[in-house]
Amino acid sequence: MADPATVPLTGWGRTAPTPATVVPVRGPEDAGTALAARTQRGLVARGLARSYNDAAQNAGGLVLDMTAADRVLDVDLAGAEIEVEAGISLDRLMNLFVPMGLFVPVTPGTRYVTVGGAIAADIHGKNHHVAGTFSQHVAWLDLLTADGQVRRIGPDRDPDLFWATAGGMGLTGVILRVRLRMTPIETSRLLVDTDRTPDLDSLMTLLTETDHLYDYSVAWIDCVATGARMGRSVLTRGRFARRDELTEKQRADPLRYSGAVRLSTPGVFPSGLLNQATVAAFNEVWYRKSPRHKRDQLQTIGAFFHPLDGVGNWNRVYGPRGFVQYQFVVPHGGEDAMRRALIRISSSGHASFLAVLKRFGEGNPGMLSFPVSGWTLALDIPVVEGLAGLLDELDELVVGAGGRVYLAKDPRVRPDLFGQMYPRLESFRDVRRRVDPEGVFTSDLARRLSL
Amino acid sequence: MIDALGSIGSLLLVGGTSDIAVATARRYLAERPLRVVVAARDTPRRAAVADELRGAGGQVEVVDFDADDPASPAGAVAAATANGDIDVAVVAFGQLGDAARLRTDSVAAAHLAQVNFVAAVAVGTELAGRMRTQGHGVIVALSSVAGERVRKTNYVYGSTKAGMDAFYSGLGDSLAGSGVSVLVVRPGFVRSKMTEGMPDAPLATTPEVVAEAIVAGVRARRHTIWVPGALRWVMTGLRHTPRAIFRRLSF
Ligand SMILES: Cc1cc2nc3c(=O)[nH]c(=O)nc-3n(C[C@H](O)[C@H](O)[C@H](O)COP(=O)(O)OP(=O)(O)OC[C@H]3O[C@@H](n4cnc5c(N)ncnc54)[C@H](O)[C@@H]3O)c2cc1C
Ligand SMILES: NC(=O)c1ccc[n+]([C@@H]2O[C@H](COP(=O)([O-])OP(=O)(O)OC[C@H]3O[C@@H](n4cnc5c(N)ncnc54)[C@H](OP(=O)(O)O)[C@@H]3O)[C@@H](O)[C@H]2O)c1
Repeated sequence: MADPATVPLTGWGRTAPTPATVVPVRGPEDAGTALAARTQRGLVARGLARSYNDAAQNAGGLVLDMTAADRVLDVDLAGAEIEVEAGISLDRLMNLFVPMGLFVPVTPGTRYVTVGGAIAADIHGKNHHVAGTFSQHVAWLDLLTADGQVRRIGPDRDPDLFWATAGGMGLTGVILRVRLRMTPIETSRLLVDTDRTPDLDSLMTLLTETDHLYDYSVAWIDCVATGARMGRSVLTRGRFARRDELTEKQRADPLRYSGAVRLSTPGVFPSGLLNQATVAAFNEVWYRKSPRHKRDQLQTIGAFFHPLDGVGNWNRVYGPRGFVQYQFVVPHGGEDAMRRALIRISSSGHASFLAVLKRFGEGNPGMLSFPVSGWTLALDIPVVEGLAGLLDELDELVVGAGGRVYLAKDPRVRPDLFGQMYPRLESFRDVRRRVDPEGVFTSDLARRLSL
Repeated sequence: MIDALGSIGSLLLVGGTSDIAVATARRYLAERPLRVVVAARDTPRRAAVADELRGAGGQVEVVDFDADDPASPAGAVAAATANGDIDVAVVAFGQLGDAARLRTDSVAAAHLAQVNFVAAVAVGTELAGRMRTQGHGVIVALSSVAGERVRKTNYVYGSTKAGMDAFYSGLGDSLAGSGVSVLVVRPGFVRSKMTEGMPDAPLATTPEVVAEAIVAGVRARRHTIWVPGALRWVMTGLRHTPRAIFRRLSF
């Protein structure tokens, strides 16, 4: 175990820093040593810290930096399965496996997340409506639990512990190794259709009628526009291209992959600090520049999935007080709540950069897993006076519609409302009581919400 | 934990029956439910405060605290943190004393110093130790403008507040980097139990206004606030008033 250091930690939103002792973990032994060396303040794993909040923080305790545990342990190309250590990033997996014709089963809007973090938050991607969440592609995983045991669990082995761990935000133990089912691809390009929709209703109609035709789908929605243009958006949907759909030049090297992205669609990206005027101007240009309808455009993985990864530390544009990402889902039937939430947000005057709207497919048994069949909206809001009240109001709307907020992003939900959002919270607590009766695994998030 | 937008989950009131402390708890409870620990002497008023805060949505715990007892600060802070972290601790106990009597009664003067200064130092030391281990938390210390420039009419009280103000300001500096911070609150005249029956001083205010300022100060991570805010500039003036003139001011 290398020397630990006490440092202030935050998540991607750069709010609420707390100091913890960071222990670098290179493998199972390091994790076991750290577990044995814990104090009363307990410990939690940390991946690439792309969760926006305090999930991978543990004030006064230990935080296990998993990013050095990043080896590939086994590859089954024919069966499209790989076995990896949990600290490996999706970026690395793409670099290694796209050229071999395997893509990660689910990718978030950044590829700088670890496999452990992807399972702990049970992340979703643009393909949720057809592929579900990341954890649904895990054959098994090895979990170091509070008693020092390493347990191999999966949907068919101790499913309760597995479905508490998937979406469990690191609170059941440390994920060490993972066997993951990958997605076979013929090429590294996507065939993309773009549609511009003038308002929210036309967007929802289009998604309801035709989303099943695409593997990947997401809408970028303008949260500053009000009135008749409220909810105007640019919808991009696609699937991986077959070899014969590439240009002749591309066909020479169909699985060529480089993570680098050139920012193409928006054309401009506001530099310096954001305010209402720059955001409104940006959203206007971005909407006008996008094609009304475009079909079968070939795009790279980077451009299609991770446009923001091209911008470096864009989380700093929100200024020193940081920002909050608010993401919620409302089940089908909650369309009106979605509409009212958008009206409330766009009329609040809080500058918010492009928001993302997606239609989710079915949920899974994950006790704290976020997605449920319905509509999800995610947007950034810089920390400003009065934001706590606005978000509490939005939460009430969301809960009223049977919806919930996303634990990987939320830094401020009311604990009592959180309980109403996740009806399986008690089952989660039961599992934790079983495998970790003393609450050795804990985090700022766990303390804040009494998970 | 104090969340990204400054909302809190647990509050400790040391001197839990203080009007300012209770107003602060009510102000927080108006935003969301939270755990409130009331540390105070066992009196009917303590029971009434606990009931009131429960009615306002608080998950209330009561622990014994008596500033006259040297063992009490350690015991009270340990009991208050036994069931979980404390996000914000308000140090609100204190007495005004009878200025006329304090002039001649050395036992009474020493007792006031015990309550307002010695016990406050012990409580601050215990809280800081506990919060350092937590790695987070805010200590709110109710100082007073009376301690900023001590007046001849209540110099004993003023000096105890000057001492506790200096202690908590220094404590705050010593905690830099620990995740813990201290907010020193300097109210002017507040219409509370403490000042009952006294005529209003200029810029007199209410426990509710002080509570509002405390919540905003914690949210903004301030280190020192005056209530009302204008007192900051009044006190700057008074601090620099030559002694010969200050002595002749009629307050
Ligand atoms: C630009 C951007 C876009 C994003 N887009 C999406 C998106 O489209 N969909 C989506 O679902 N999410 C999205 N996210 C959120 C992100 O995918 C999740 O927060 C993910 O958990 C981050 O992984 P990480 O490795 O950075 O984990 P961290 O942020 O470091 O940790 C997150 C949680 O995982 C736990 N954890 C990490 N490693 C382990 C381990 N080995 N064992 C046990 N627990 C562990 C931590 O304790 C913590 O609770 C996005 C984030 C950013 C910054
Ligand atoms: N009111 C003002 O004008 C004013 C101005 C500036 C600063 N302050 C400061 O603000 C703080 C709160 O005052 P307040 O206005 O809210 O007055 P308050 O209502 O009288 O509160 C003071 C509290 O201190 C407690 N206390 C006194 N002696 C104690 C002891 N020996 N042990 C334990 N508790 C004891 C009392 O509790 P019991 O119920 O046990 O008696 C009382 O509830 C005080 O520190 C005061 O100095 C007040």
